[in-house]
Amino acid sequence: MHEWALAEGVIKTIKEYSKDKEIEKVVVKIGELQQIDIDIFKFALDELKKENSMNKLSIILEIEPAVLKCRVCGKTWSFSENLKELDDFIAESIHFVPEVFHAFIKCPNCGSPDIDILKGRGVWIEKIKFKGE
Amino acid sequence: MDPRLSIINERLKNIERIIAVGSGKGGVGKSIISTTLALLLSKNNKLTGLFDLDFQGPTCHLILGAKDKFPIEEKGIKPPQINSVYFMSIYYFTRDNPLPLRGWEVTNLFRELLAITRWDNIEYLIIDMPPGVGDEVLELLKLINKKEILIVTTPSILSLNTVDKLVKLLKNLNIPIIGILENMRVQPSDIVKKYALENKINYLGYIPFDYSIEKYIGEINLFMKTKFVLNLEKILHEKILFKK
Repeated sequence: MHEWALAEGVIKTIKEYSKDKEIEKVVVKIGELQQIDIDIFKFALDELKKENSMNKLSIILEIEPAVLKCRVCGKTWSFSENLKELDDFIAESIHFVPEVFHAFIKCPNCGSPDIDILKGRGVWIEKIKFKGE
Repeated sequence: MDPRLSIINERLKNIERIIAVGSGKGGVGKSIISTTLALLLSKNNKLTGLFDLDFQGPTCHLILGAKDKFPIEEKGIKPPQINSVYFMSIYYFTRDNPLPLRGWEVTNLFRELLAITRWDNIEYLIIDMPPGVGDEVLELLKLINKKEILIVTTPSILSLNTVDKLVKLLKNLNIPIIGILENMRVQPSDIVKKYALENKINYLGYIPFDYSIEKYIGEINLFMKTKFVLNLEKILHEKILFKK
C-alpha cells in the first residue's frame, strides 16, 4: 500500500504543475528497482484522480528495467538477475526505499558494494501534455 | 519531474514544531540528546516523532530499544511507536549492514523516506542530524519548511570549531537556532557560553558527563532515571518546551 504515497505525490505534482490549465496526458515512469505493484498504483491513481476532479486525465505508466553498474570494475548487469535471489525482507526493504539495495547487493564480478543505478530507480513524471498541445 | 517533492511538506504540515538536533561534529551526543528529547516530550504528553537522519551511522534505535520493529504499511509507511515515540530510521530496512551511498543516492533516500512516512497527528518531530554539512543536512535545510535547529557541542575547541561552520551556514540561510547545548562537560569551562554570547545564540545550559548512561542504552526505564536525562529534562522545561 505504499504505492498510495507515491501516487499522492504524482497527483499533487500534476495539480501544482497544471496551474489551472487542463492537462490531457501524463507519462509516469516506474523504475523496476522499486518493485511497485502496478495494479495498486493504478488503482490509487484512479481513486486520487476522482477525488481531485481529474477524471479526464490519462496517466500512462511505463516500466523502466533497472540496470546497475559497478563503480569499481565497470561491470553492468540487470537488476532482474538479483531479484530472484533476494529474500522477502530485502525485497520489501528495497521496495520501500530503493537505495537500501546498497546494503545487500554486490557486484557479481568483483564483489564491491559501490554500485551505480544507471536506469530504473524510482517513480518520476516523464512527460506532461496540456490539452491542445 | 520528481513527484516526491510536492508531498514532503504535506506530510509534515500538521506538526507543531520540527526540531533538528545538529552539531556538524560527530561524537558530541546528538543521537542521545535527540532520542532523550523525544522521550521527554512524549513523557510530557506531547505526541512526538523521532527521525534518525544519520543514514550511514544510525544509533537512535539502540537508545530507544527498537530492535526487530518494522513500520506498518498503510497508504505509505507509519513509524512504529516505541516507548511512546513514533520512530523512523533507515535501520528498519538495512538492519546492521553498512549502507555505502554517494551524494545523489543520499538525496534520493532522504526524499523517499520523507515522502512515504506518515507521521499522522504528532505535535513534535525531532530529527537527529548526521555529522557534517553534507547531502542529508542540505536536503533538510532546503526541503523542510518549518524547522528549528538545536545545536549540540562538547566544551572542546575542536568541537566548537566544527560547530561554528554549521552555525555560519544556518545564519546565512536565516534558519532559526533554538540555542546551543553544552554536552559531556567534565570540568568547569566557559568556552561554549562565551561562543554563544559572541555569536548571539541562546546558551541553553550544560549537561555534565554521565558515565552511567552507557550501561542503560536500550533499557529505557533505567535510562530515564539517569542524571543525564534529569539534566536534559530541566533544560527542556526551561528553554525548549515553552519557548516559541
